[in-house]
Amino acid sequence: MFTFRKALTTLLVMLALVAAPAMAQTPTDTLRPLVDALGQGGFDGAEKAIAALAATGDPAVLPIFEALTAGDLNVRKADKRVVLVREEGGADVAVDPLTGAVLGPVGRRDTDRLRVNNRLRSAIAAAVAGLSLRASDPQVRITSAESMFKAADPAMVPALAAAAADEENAAVRARLEQALAASVLRSDASDDEKIAAIGVVAARGDRDALSLLNNIASGTPGPVQQAAADAAAGIESSLAVWGAAQNVWYGVSLGSVLLLAAIGLAITFGVMGVINMAHGEMVMIGAYTTFVVQEIIRTSFPGLFDWSLAIALPLAFCVSGLVGIAIERSVIRWLYGRPLETLLATWGISLILQQAVRTAFGPSNREVGNPSWMSGSFEIGQLSITYGRLWIVVFSLCVFAALMLLMRYTPFGLQMRAVTQNRRMASVMGIRTPWVDAMTFGLGSGIAGIAGVALSQIDNVSPNLGQSYIIDSFMVVVFGGVGNLWGTLVGALTLGVVNKFLEPYAGAVLGKILVLVFIILFIQKRPRGLFALKGRAVEA
Amino acid sequence: MIARKLLGDGGVLLLVALLVLAAVLVPLANLSLPPDSPLHVSNTSVQLFGKYLAFAMLALSVDLVWGYCGILSLGHGAFFALGGYAMGMYLMRQIGDRGVYANPDLPDFMVFLNWQELPWYWYGFDMFWFAMLMAMVVPGLLAFVFGWFAFRSRVTGVYLSIITQAMTFALLLAFFRNDMGFGGNNGLTDFKDILGYNIQANTTRAALFAATALTLAGALLVCRFITRSKLGKVLVAIRDAESRTRFIGYRVEHYKLFVWTLSAVMAGIAGALYVPQVGIINPSEFAPANSIEAVIWVAVGGRGTLVGPVIGAFLVNWGKTTFTSVLPDFWLFALGGLFVAVTLFLPKGIVGLIAKLTRRRAEKPSPPVDTEAGVGTAADARAAAE
Repeated sequence: MFTFRKALTTLLVMLALVAAPAMAQTPTDTLRPLVDALGQGGFDGAEKAIAALAATGDPAVLPIFEALTAGDLNVRKADKRVVLVREEGGADVAVDPLTGAVLGPVGRRDTDRLRVNNRLRSAIAAAVAGLSLRASDPQVRITSAESMFKAADPAMVPALAAAAADEENAAVRARLEQALAASVLRSDASDDEKIAAIGVVAARGDRDALSLLNNIASGTPGPVQQAAADAAAGIESSLAVWGAAQNVWYGVSLGSVLLLAAIGLAITFGVMGVINMAHGEMVMIGAYTTFVVQEIIRTSFPGLFDWSLAIALPLAFCVSGLVGIAIERSVIRWLYGRPLETLLATWGISLILQQAVRTAFGPSNREVGNPSWMSGSFEIGQLSITYGRLWIVVFSLCVFAALMLLMRYTPFGLQMRAVTQNRRMASVMGIRTPWVDAMTFGLGSGIAGIAGVALSQIDNVSPNLGQSYIIDSFMVVVFGGVGNLWGTLVGALTLGVVNKFLEPYAGAVLGKILVLVFIILFIQKRPRGLFALKGRAVEA
Repeated sequence: MIARKLLGDGGVLLLVALLVLAAVLVPLANLSLPPDSPLHVSNTSVQLFGKYLAFAMLALSVDLVWGYCGILSLGHGAFFALGGYAMGMYLMRQIGDRGVYANPDLPDFMVFLNWQELPWYWYGFDMFWFAMLMAMVVPGLLAFVFGWFAFRSRVTGVYLSIITQAMTFALLLAFFRNDMGFGGNNGLTDFKDILGYNIQANTTRAALFAATALTLAGALLVCRFITRSKLGKVLVAIRDAESRTRFIGYRVEHYKLFVWTLSAVMAGIAGALYVPQVGIINPSEFAPANSIEAVIWVAVGGRGTLVGPVIGAFLVNWGKTTFTSVLPDFWLFALGGLFVAVTLFLPKGIVGLIAKLTRRRAEKPSPPVDTEAGVGTAADARAAAE
């Protein structure tokens, strides 16, 4: 009974908070005789009075129900008036339950406490439910119908049936009917009614419906149990489809993160052939740029917070790009043609950058906020999609498209491809190859920087941010094929989706291990990736 | 001329002699001399340098594949850690019923995970010889399978480096799992005995130091034998011109596979020697950063020489110990700078630098006194070892 009372109290409080201001006020005078009726005619009289109070639809009766359940209501013997007795200043005082006005001190013997039995408790619950089901805000009605669906309390059948019959909003009525059906399934209604109810519940098709139906299906054998089992099987198969869709979405979402992290690498490693182990640190620098931008906005221009990411994007591109150019000019250009040495030197740079950030910003995670348009989620069927993830998918595809256009239709892209394909010939044609090298490296690093802006929204911004992406990024580029941006796109999405499909069966860690093993085996089979460059460019 | 000879082949023999000497003298100086004697070697130094010797052996194994065969492995830490785990499993079994839960059969972490019986792969690790065999066989087998796939399909250069890194990363993730049965996050620790001797005792530590020094000396001799043999010449040929070597008619992948597997076995032995000296083995040994650090020891010392990796491992680790105690924030800057500086300015490492300096001096009519100074650096490093 305790939990029941707790649930009831919660409902009461919720209603009092949400519904009260919107409800019509019945004058206290019309309510008072009904309240006083609670004390007359024993339990039967009280039950009638509860029904009458509920019928007023006035939120003012809620505290009375609450006090009645808590056992605080008393009948004053002198005038048969129902009063609330509470302690004040060490003595008991009688209080008007409707207005809260103090009516004067009462002795222990002056009043009789109103008792509540189980039947009355059910009546109160039904009355409260009835009130909440008739709240003026449709959202409140939906919420209470949902909670009643989960509770599936047979005692609620009449209240739900009445509410459903009176409901005008179609969406709310559907919920009410589902809640009613759930309650009917638990009641002692006839088999036909129950089988009809199973149809209503099954139409919901979500996990709550499934657990309810499974519960019924595990009951005593019979037509109802059979129908529930069939419906549960139907829901399960449709949930499996939705589950697969959810996995695909998670996979695409993970893949887009991988794409963002790897696409800069696809330029430096894939196009230039430079192993940049400090690539992850470029991502980290981008994330920290976002942090700094948000800090400045928070302290100086709080109104611009929703624009913080838009401001951070170009800045992160510039900061990471400049760091990249500096690295290329100071270290990497001396190491062209020596990939293993480049790998070691850039690893050293990554250590230096990590420690520099750690010294400047401290080793702990930094808080990067989500702008309002990045938070929240929406639902398609059984699929829940958060806006943050959606924007990252869209953003990564935009970055990819922009990069493709840059490579294909701009003079810089043309020069870049020329240098990649035949450095000496390009140089002969008058292209300043060192300048193209530096700019290409800067471009790859700058894209890593804007990846950092996006990743700051879903990951911890710490000095180790880049480390966690570097191996995955290399896997994507190697898997997709070096020197081909399409390969990076396909590789990132494939790895993301495969990873998410393995997770439910193998667990997150084992799934990741399996993917790594798969890539290791894949490289054995196709050493140059999915989309290998062919022809003379490979040998150059 | 003398210096160059010392850094080359003659240096290996000198280093072996020094190691044997150290294996005798250091335990003596630690155990029999009173603590106030100027020649006394403290317990912490014995432990520290014993650890460096194990690292030196790991560096030697990396050098064997990188310096002599051109295979840059970023995953040798995995072989090292596997060897370490084999030793750790033996040491766990030696704890017996002295663990916290006093279970005579199961290590503490298994009791904690509510396991009822020992997993099959833990059988036999109560025997020292079996554990030592596994410390060599498991890394060797992994390397053989991995290398067989990789070299057969001609995965070379940077691709190979990246998949070795992926390999150690996958193992890192795997060993973090509790249900793997290797102690998960915490790894294996709280060791009591090795071969019946208390692992904490000074005599045991001194003996472990001597054993590590002698094993390293042995490994140097094996490497010297290999690199001087015809096989070694083919390896260098593969390093310098793989396609040409293949076209001449050598089965490149067989040579690579042999040296790769041998190197993994050496790394496994190094790991097995490392664990009893530090008293713990956990999955962080698999971290890709550890493997890359081993590569930088070789690069600093000088790849393609056998003396170089030993010198490099000692110098870098000595620097690490010093920096992390004095300026902890500075160490990563120093290490990072070392990576950049060595690749840019010292492509052949310290040994190469010394060789270059002495050659330059040898060309000038200068007294041979200077060459002595050249050896000094390397000798200093060794002196630090002792």
